[in-house]
Amino acid sequence: MRWLAFMVLLMPGVVLAGEARPLADDPVAEARLKHLAVELRCLVCQNQTLADSNAPLAEDLRREVREMIAKNMSDKEIIDFLVSRYGDFVLYRPPMKATTTLLWLGPFVLLAGGAIALVTALRRRGKRLTDAAITDEEHRRVEQLLSQGVKRS
Amino acid sequence: MIPEIGHFALILALCVAVVQSSLPIYGAAVGNSALMAVAKPAARGQFLLVLIAFCSLGYAFADKDFSVLYVAATSNSQLPLHYRLAAIWGAHEGSLLLWTFILTIWMFAVTLFSTHLPDTMRSRILGVMGLVSMGFLLFMLTVSNPFERLIPAAADGRDLNPLLQDPGMVMHPPMLYMGYVGFSVAFAFAIAALLGGNLDAAWARWSRPWTTVAWCFLTIGIALGSGWAYYELGWGGWWFWDPVENASFMPWLAGTALIHSLAVTDKRGGFKVWTVLLAIMAFSLSLLGTFLVRSGVLTSVHAFATDPKRGLFILAFLAVVIGGSLVLYAWRAPRVGLGGGFSLVSREAMLLGNNVLLVAAMGSVLLGTLYPLFLDALDLGKISVGPPYFDSVFAPLMTPAIFLMGIGPLVQWKKADMPDLAKRLRWAFGVSLVTALALPIILGNWTPLLSLGLLLAIWIVTTALVSLRERLAHVEGSGLMARLMMVSRSYWGMLLAHCGIAVFIVGVTMVKGFETEQDVRMNVGETATIGGYTFRFDGAQDVMGPNYTAARGTFHVSQDGRDATMMYPEKRRYTAQNQVMTEAAIDSGLLRDLYVSLGEPLDDGAWSVRLYYKPFVDWIWGGCLIMALGGVLAVSDRRYRLAWRREAQDVPAATRTARRKVA
Amino acid sequence: MNRFVLPLTIFAVMVGFLAVGLTLNPREIPSPLVGKAAPLFSLPQLHDQDKVFSPDEMKGQVWLLNFWASWCSGCKTEHPVLMQLAKSGEVPVYGMDYKDEKEEAVTWLRRWGNPYPIVAVDAAGRVGIDYGVYGVPETYVIDKQGVIRYKQIGPLDDETVAKKILPLVKELRAR
Repeated sequence: MRWLAFMVLLMPGVVLAGEARPLADDPVAEARLKHLAVELRCLVCQNQTLADSNAPLAEDLRREVREMIAKNMSDKEIIDFLVSRYGDFVLYRPPMKATTTLLWLGPFVLLAGGAIALVTALRRRGKRLTDAAITDEEHRRVEQLLSQGVKRS
Repeated sequence: MIPEIGHFALILALCVAVVQSSLPIYGAAVGNSALMAVAKPAARGQFLLVLIAFCSLGYAFADKDFSVLYVAATSNSQLPLHYRLAAIWGAHEGSLLLWTFILTIWMFAVTLFSTHLPDTMRSRILGVMGLVSMGFLLFMLTVSNPFERLIPAAADGRDLNPLLQDPGMVMHPPMLYMGYVGFSVAFAFAIAALLGGNLDAAWARWSRPWTTVAWCFLTIGIALGSGWAYYELGWGGWWFWDPVENASFMPWLAGTALIHSLAVTDKRGGFKVWTVLLAIMAFSLSLLGTFLVRSGVLTSVHAFATDPKRGLFILAFLAVVIGGSLVLYAWRAPRVGLGGGFSLVSREAMLLGNNVLLVAAMGSVLLGTLYPLFLDALDLGKISVGPPYFDSVFAPLMTPAIFLMGIGPLVQWKKADMPDLAKRLRWAFGVSLVTALALPIILGNWTPLLSLGLLLAIWIVTTALVSLRERLAHVEGSGLMARLMMVSRSYWGMLLAHCGIAVFIVGVTMVKGFETEQDVRMNVGETATIGGYTFRFDGAQDVMGPNYTAARGTFHVSQDGRDATMMYPEKRRYTAQNQVMTEAAIDSGLLRDLYVSLGEPLDDGAWSVRLYYKPFVDWIWGGCLIMALGGVLAVSDRRYRLAWRREAQDVPAATRTARRKVA
Repeated sequence: MNRFVLPLTIFAVMVGFLAVGLTLNPREIPSPLVGKAAPLFSLPQLHDQDKVFSPDEMKGQVWLLNFWASWCSGCKTEHPVLMQLAKSGEVPVYGMDYKDEKEEAVTWLRRWGNPYPIVAVDAAGRVGIDYGVYGVPETYVIDKQGVIRYKQIGPLDDETVAKKILPLVKELRAR
């Protein structure tokens, strides 16, 4: 049987090298890290997430988050940890606070406002245009003009 | 010597701009045709002068003239010629020159295609454009001179940022600027109409093709930027809601609203005042974008090097141009008449509903982009507003807009029949809903968002088919082909552009729903599987480029045992600035992209490798391309071609020569 | 308000904000720790590995904690200011060597002078993260109860020391 195995090894195209290992030691924890890091800001970069940055501080912070995940801290606890040290700046999803109410409600206020303005404008214009109904005198003139037109053509 | 010629040409251009922005407008106000006639030659003169300046800068780059400060900062002796020329717009000063140059191109185009316009209109339009170019020329000549000398000359340049050494990045600014700056024409039309007090349907009809062409360019420019980010930045993302990306997207949203609003004003004479305001808004957002990118008020990878003086200048310019036009608007708009009336359910109302949604979306993007600045200015703390915000706010606003996109073309003008409409749309809605619910399940992953995305895309296509079928029923001709030919190009353009959006939505939805990623460590000979494809790492070798050295990895890709392709990602080190860059290898296909990027070399000779499987991702940019094609098709409609041909023919030869003599 | 003036008004407000924005630095991150207790730590000293330094020891005093590193150019810029402060004896400045090589740090101090009575070593940068440090140099003013009262982001200069730091120190001592 050994010679058969040897022949298989000599066949071109058969690679018996292994399946590549995942880069991270713990893929599950890494997935959780990614999920969090995508919404966190790299503080020293020019607008990049913690997940994408190669800056030393970003690597340090990713290491911290990994350790917190290993300690089974919840997402909220990890985020609170970072916010208590760096402020809301570190979050790409602005928290719902008194100062950000306008931010989160703004778009829908704009939409509602726009819709109301549109409907009001349409109604008002409709009224203004239908109010100017033609009078009987004008009706007679129209008849006159139309019959003239028919005669001419 | 040549840079000095360029510099002098800019100074002359400024003088011409001063003339162009004053005399014709004054002439139009008092009815002096000699003064009005100054506009055309002035505009053409400006074009020529700025062209000379642009070519001078290009020559300095081609010639590797490192005694010009700008060339020394953005070029290098090892940089290949095509990138040396692209470096013209690689940084702040040069890109301003590009902006101005493109403005003069549009000015020139206006002089060519405006013979059907009354003289007062044309002179006002060119006058307003002259005002804008005056601002930019002044800006360049005072605080952003691309021709500034470096004495003594540098031995070698600092090289173009490696991120920009790429074909996508070469084309992206010119396309983007053609769009941004193109909206200045619609803006100039609006201001001219306000000045003249003649806001009528004709004005809208004239503005439409200009606005559509600018919109096409902007669409392509944004798509190029997004595509570039995807393959150049190495992490497979294509939109980050970065302030500079938003700065280009807001004019696009306003421009899209403007195109639809112009349609209403053109066909029905209604909502002129709103359309004028939109035209002002679209270009204002372009200018605002220019400010945001160059002033340093917002943080972004895209932002140009900043200087408070520059920011102040642009802000002052913004205040004058936009403030001035809004003052004019507040003064003149109340006098404009109402135009035709229409009911609450009608095509006009749907188009305006589209406007409300697009402007609300644009406002939201503006709000999110500037909000951190607002809070910081009021000393209320520092926050970040990123993709999670924009994604959660933008999609709910766009969803109704897309539903309207299906309904709008089917709705009658002036007053629509609701029950009849519902009947006509029954089939389309049913098919869309069923397919959207079933498809993700068939493909293996069902989420509500996935279904919603597919629903919107299929809705657009099915309603387009319904609309086309109804259209064909009303068109003369024997046989299907004949009738298809009879349908106007502007209608095809609309259909194509809307379908482009459907394609785009499919791309976004499928990528977000089905993409997979793997981060692995690979030794030579090891394999990794993703998306049904097997990647085998065949080692990395050192490679020399013109101005970089690289480690190039070789990957053998197979599917179900059959050879598929080879991929060669690189990790480059650009010698001049010693900057390291990942050059991902992408195998593009109609239905999927395979994306491999090299990470870091690890201790045991292995490499960290990131693999992506991205289904339908090219549909994102394909959709944008189709949208732009739809716009081009619409502009090539018979009525524009006939109008152009007619005005050239109608004018008898004698009059034509006489006119030329006067001009 | 006349609805035609609304766009102009909105624009004017926006320009106002943008003008103010030109004076701000969008990359500066103010610290949420001002007014909160200085995070505790216990780190080895640079010049004597067997001893530790902890903020507990400093209770009852008003002091400065300065994060620095030998690889940081801004630290070189502010160094004369710290030397001056140390010489004047107005307020003690303790050093935190952030993500640095011990030998490099010792050499650096020997070469340019040592204003710090004690330098603690934060090799991994963990204490820096606890203090919300995102770059060096950064300096904290800490009061008698161990509460952070002020954070200086970036190098100190003579003007800031004279106008902000020293008056604050004096005020904190009086409490």
